[in-house]
Amino acid sequence: MAHLDVVPSPRSPRPRAGGGIGAKAKLSLVEALLAEEEARPCAVVALRWLVRHAGVERAVCAVADSESGRLLGLTGIGVSIASVDAFNLDLGDRTHPLVVALSGGEPVVFHDSGQPLLRAVETPLGNLSFHAVPLGSSKEEIGPGLLLLTGLEDGTVADDILWAAELLGVRLASLWYRRAQAEERRHKRERSWLFSIINAVTDPILLTDADGRILVANAGAEMLLTAGEDKREGWRRAVALNNMLFSASLFTNAAASGPTRRELLLVDPSEGQDLLFEVLSTPVPIRLGETSVVSVLRNVTDLRRATEEIEENYRRLRVAEAATRAERDRLDLILNSVLDPILVTDAEGNIARMNPPAERMFTVPRGKRNVEVERRVRTNDAVFTSFVSGLFVSSLHAGQEGHWRRTLSLIDPQTGKTVPVEAISGKVASKHGEEMVIVTILHDLTEAEEKARLYEQVTRHSEELRERVREATAELAEQNELLRRQAFQLEQASAAKSQFLANVSHELRTPLNAIMGYTHLMLEGVSGLMTPPQHDKLGRIDANARHLLAVINDLLDIARIESGKMPVQIERVRLPELIDEVMTEVEPVIAGTRLAVERALSPDLPEIETDRQKVKQIVLNLLSNALKFTPQGSVAIRLDHEKGDDEIAIAVTDTGIGIAEDNQKTIFEAFEQANSSYARRQGGTGLGLSICRRLAHILDGRITLVSRLGEGSTFTLYLPCKPRTA
Amino acid sequence: MTSGETQAPLVLVVDDVDHGREIFAEYLEFRGFRVATAADGLEALEKAFELRPDVILMDLSLPGIDGWEATRRLKQDDRTRDIPIIALTAHALAAAHDKAREVGCNAVVTKPCLPKDLEQEVRRQLEARTS
Repeated sequence: MAHLDVVPSPRSPRPRAGGGIGAKAKLSLVEALLAEEEARPCAVVALRWLVRHAGVERAVCAVADSESGRLLGLTGIGVSIASVDAFNLDLGDRTHPLVVALSGGEPVVFHDSGQPLLRAVETPLGNLSFHAVPLGSSKEEIGPGLLLLTGLEDGTVADDILWAAELLGVRLASLWYRRAQAEERRHKRERSWLFSIINAVTDPILLTDADGRILVANAGAEMLLTAGEDKREGWRRAVALNNMLFSASLFTNAAASGPTRRELLLVDPSEGQDLLFEVLSTPVPIRLGETSVVSVLRNVTDLRRATEEIEENYRRLRVAEAATRAERDRLDLILNSVLDPILVTDAEGNIARMNPPAERMFTVPRGKRNVEVERRVRTNDAVFTSFVSGLFVSSLHAGQEGHWRRTLSLIDPQTGKTVPVEAISGKVASKHGEEMVIVTILHDLTEAEEKARLYEQVTRHSEELRERVREATAELAEQNELLRRQAFQLEQASAAKSQFLANVSHELRTPLNAIMGYTHLMLEGVSGLMTPPQHDKLGRIDANARHLLAVINDLLDIARIESGKMPVQIERVRLPELIDEVMTEVEPVIAGTRLAVERALSPDLPEIETDRQKVKQIVLNLLSNALKFTPQGSVAIRLDHEKGDDEIAIAVTDTGIGIAEDNQKTIFEAFEQANSSYARRQGGTGLGLSICRRLAHILDGRITLVSRLGEGSTFTLYLPCKPRTA
Repeated sequence: MTSGETQAPLVLVVDDVDHGREIFAEYLEFRGFRVATAADGLEALEKAFELRPDVILMDLSLPGIDGWEATRRLKQDDRTRDIPIIALTAHALAAAHDKAREVGCNAVVTKPCLPKDLEQEVRRQLEARTS
């Protein structure tokens, strides 16, 4: 940097028109200057001319640009172009020596020595002393430019130099003006292009000053932020609101020195919709100390909506994914809970999933290497793969439900047993009909086949059984028929027998009636008195007739009992009364003997349910027998009942002739009497005990005998308190 | 030995067997009853309606109208309804006796029967009727 003294360089006092430099040289300068149409070449011509003709060593030409208010380096000789281009002074800086020189209208000398420095002056000429010569006429307040020249004698500036400076000044002023005009036009054009460009941008673009006032706005911005009087009320209000919102957003970012980005919600004045903008604001210095802000508003309403949609879709996707996962877990649970093997395969039969039962058939258990097991698993796999690939053979059609069924023969890898399975497969396609998988369930048919086999067996056995039953039934029917016929015959025989007995009885009784009747008439003396022998003999007839009648009656009883036609009438019977009746009936017989007859009744005899008439007949018979067969001594009848016992005992004891042990069993048979002659003498029929025993049986009772020959007998009738068969 | 004809009860003895009729008729007459006889069911009905006896001894097995049928008719007729009828039969089975009671016999006596036992039954029936 050169610190130069500034010394006014007085113009030469004398006119030097045509003096130093020849007219021809001057003319060539004029011609050259006029020939140039541009400022810089023009200046170059002038500077060369000065070096050649006016003793100038180095030179710099600077132009005052009223547009920018600056003094700008235009060209130079003996200096670097870069330093010329860099030369630049503010014309407003009125105290600057060069500015002063420019406005003084006179040449000024800047020394590099002697006087103290007023101010540092920096030029492309470095530390060299130089003359600053204003261009153009001195009438102008600020000339069109300055020439900085070295090599001139101190104190004087030749007129030729001044002439050339004036000439150059005029020419430069003219060219510069033209240039300025062209620049102006270009600027205008460029500005219009710029406006076209920024208007073409749909995003609103704004330039605002420090106070937020809008300096420049493109069409998009105007639409949002300006409203003519012709706009309706709503529009204007929306615009006012937008302005307010925009200003507010600007101020919140006023402190920022760099570009800022923020979101701003504005209103579309034409449609009233909310519009979301991303505002990119960049501070731009436009003047010294003054900063404007360029704001670009990008409509992100749709973007935001799209973003929200994307987020929503993403959220849904996640939900769907979770649901799918849950679905898959559930599917796994279901698959695993099925006892039948289930396999999910692709079209080539590659297994994608399987449940544990399937794993048992199609995988080798980990850890245990077993060649047999591996071979069986491979066999199963081959069978299964062949089945699955067979599903795509066109000739194989799915069943009505879209399922394929086939019976496969697999091998249990563990046991090596053949496992017949029914494979049921279904193709599963995605919604778009792609990504086909095949789900196959294998149903073990072992049990079914076993069941079928068993069923077969059962059916066969059943059939055999049915056949046997049929045969047996036929046989039975035959037997039944036979039996029925026999029963019929028996019934007929029985009926015939009964009828025969009845008839016999009837036919015997009728003549017996006549015998007994006439005997009776004669004994009664109806036909006159008889001699005692006659009477005696009639008595014999009568006795035998009575005996015959007793025999007939007994026979009839036995016949009735044996044919089951003996009617039984059960009623409540008080035994003491019954005994009284029996005693009354035998009273005449007792009277004809000298026997002591005793009665002993247990004090708490219950009433019993039985057939009164038959009990009476038995007791009467036993008692009669006792009286008949006891020549002397006593006869006793006793009734016993053990408390809580369900039967009573009626015992008839005598001190009679007794019965030999050998005869004690046969005595109950028909027509058996131990002592026949004696018995006959006593008028017995030989049927009494037989009838008694049969009647006792009918009443669910029994008769026992305890006897000793010559000492007497005890017959005991046991009767149930209630009939057992009731 | 007969009582006054107007007082003595009239017994109609019905039996198809001659000695059957004779024994009871003779004995009852001997015992003071008036006796009429009939040898079959039809005659029995005719005599009964005609004579209105005090007691009828009815044998059951009779040719033509049997004793059961004759009894039934007599018991259905107002004229003879109240006359006691004693069935007199050689049938010993309960069925025959039951059937006799069903058709209206007041008593059943099985033959052979001693004439004096029969007389007792006749008197019993007469007493039952008057009391």
